[in-house]
Amino acid sequence: MHATRLLSLERWKKWIWSFVRLTLIAGLSFVILYPVLQKISTAFKAKSDLYSPIVVWLPENYTLDNFVKAIGIMDYWQALLNTFTLSALTTILTAISCALAGYGFARLKFKGSQLLFAGVILTILVPPITILIPVYLNLKDFSLMGLIPLLTGGKSLNLLNTYWPFILTSATANSLKAGLYIFIFRQFFRGIPKEVEEAAYIDGAGVGKTFYRIMLPNAIPSIVTVLLFSFVWQWNDSFFTTTYLTSSKVMATQLGSLPYNLAILLEDGANSKADPFYLSMVQDTGILLAILPLIIIYLFVQRYFVESIERTGIVG
Amino acid sequence: MKSILRLDRRSYKEQKAFMGFFYVLPWLLGFIFFFLIPLLSSLRYSLSSVQANSDGLIVHFSGFQNYVEALTVNTEFNRSLADAMMNMVINVPLIVIFSLFLAVLLNQKFIGRSLARSIFFLPVILASGVILSLESSSLIQAVNDQNAGAGAIQGLGTFELEGLMLDAGLSEWVVNYLTSAVSRIYSIVSQSGVQILIFLAGIQTISPQLYEASKMEGATGYEAFWKITFPMVSPLILVNSIYTIIDSFSNNAMTDLIRETGFTQFNFGLSSAMAWLYFAAVALILAVSSYLISKKVFYYD
Repeated sequence: MHATRLLSLERWKKWIWSFVRLTLIAGLSFVILYPVLQKISTAFKAKSDLYSPIVVWLPENYTLDNFVKAIGIMDYWQALLNTFTLSALTTILTAISCALAGYGFARLKFKGSQLLFAGVILTILVPPITILIPVYLNLKDFSLMGLIPLLTGGKSLNLLNTYWPFILTSATANSLKAGLYIFIFRQFFRGIPKEVEEAAYIDGAGVGKTFYRIMLPNAIPSIVTVLLFSFVWQWNDSFFTTTYLTSSKVMATQLGSLPYNLAILLEDGANSKADPFYLSMVQDTGILLAILPLIIIYLFVQRYFVESIERTGIVG
Repeated sequence: MKSILRLDRRSYKEQKAFMGFFYVLPWLLGFIFFFLIPLLSSLRYSLSSVQANSDGLIVHFSGFQNYVEALTVNTEFNRSLADAMMNMVINVPLIVIFSLFLAVLLNQKFIGRSLARSIFFLPVILASGVILSLESSSLIQAVNDQNAGAGAIQGLGTFELEGLMLDAGLSEWVVNYLTSAVSRIYSIVSQSGVQILIFLAGIQTISPQLYEASKMEGATGYEAFWKITFPMVSPLILVNSIYTIIDSFSNNAMTDLIRETGFTQFNFGLSSAMAWLYFAAVALILAVSSYLISKKVFYYD
């Protein structure tokens, strides 16, 4: 009698907890999904639906007009291609250079490597804004310590509005959040048993071969993590992109100037009488278009994403 | 090549050290060119009056003039800095606690767990940069929030909650802190994606035997959390706090002001001085918080 009562009390507690958990998770999921759903719903609405009091989520008049406008103004396909190229390029270079540095710091200790690793930590800790101006000026007159003027005859290169700033910083593991990636790789390589590596050395493999035949295949979870983070953050980055690429057509700059261009298009001039709600509607569609590729990619890789991060060395 | 470097004559350890330097070299070059030199020149600019003309930059040493100007003359700097710092101090504990809670929740077994996980990591992908800044200016969003009831529900909810908690005898300050957290739930959720991942990964490395043993001894889930999970993930609380602080660097009123001073008004000196003051403030917060947290952290080994 007593035992069954206890049992049922336990069961009650379990039920209540499941219910609370479900409510919490469903509620928070809704909070996260709400803006995306909102944008999807807005994107298909016709202008007249904006003021219709009966339309909340499902539009009364479906239209693709918003998409057409946003695609036209943003030069969407061009921007998509450019952003994709830029992100893919920096992602691959960043992953390679950070993996090398991470392995170097984790396993190939040399004199002063501790000190240099402190340098990596410093790059994580210093806000990027602190060094933005000198880096900008440096890229504007890129001379590589006076080497390039020697070759071109006294002229330094202006690397702004090219992809070179991104290529150079990512090939040298100093791009956006690269310190974090080096840290992730280092933690991961430290976690692989030393015996694996020693066995390879004994079998006659050099450091390079060991790294790329033994260590890299083992490091796939951390490679995936870094690839995904780096791609997504580069895609969404507006901090560096709007500084280095002011007139190139990439998502960040196109999105940033979308409201302005839209106002000009609709009602020529800055003091336009264009309906601000309508502007906002097209703008929302533009945002949706910008994040859509990421969402599609995420749908395919999300399982891998979650799993791989759980197996990376972040935890150490 | 091999004989020049005399790789074959080096000992195994020397070879590894040599290769190690070689592996780190790309990073080192980038570090010098794109970090160290800019950092030093930014410090130099901050102590000088900088003028740009067609020949390049003219830099005159002027002592702490820029710092004085930023702190006493510039109308916006102090306020932005205080705002940025306040936001950090307020948000970081919320985000860390919230993400720990969610990680524990998402680690439990329930139907639809993988779906829930993929939804909770969506903000890692969506919330950053332009999207976020445009989002906050989206009129439709704001109006719909009001109309569709999200705002109303939120307002009502926090109002009721406030009364309840005040009646329960909590101090007004605590109540305000908590209710404001409820109304900022979206920004908190959207900033805690990576932190949830880190905590989740940490929780999964805890050996299940510990939980089993505690269950045998009759510990409840609540006790198991405070006696096992919490101490075991406490090093990650430090990691996550630091990550959250660093994460807030990229875009806030402070960075906007620094950028504007530098790139619109072309006052490089003042802008650099502001950036260094900001850096100093952030470093202070990082130092204080990591000192406080690391005193409490439990290391298993």
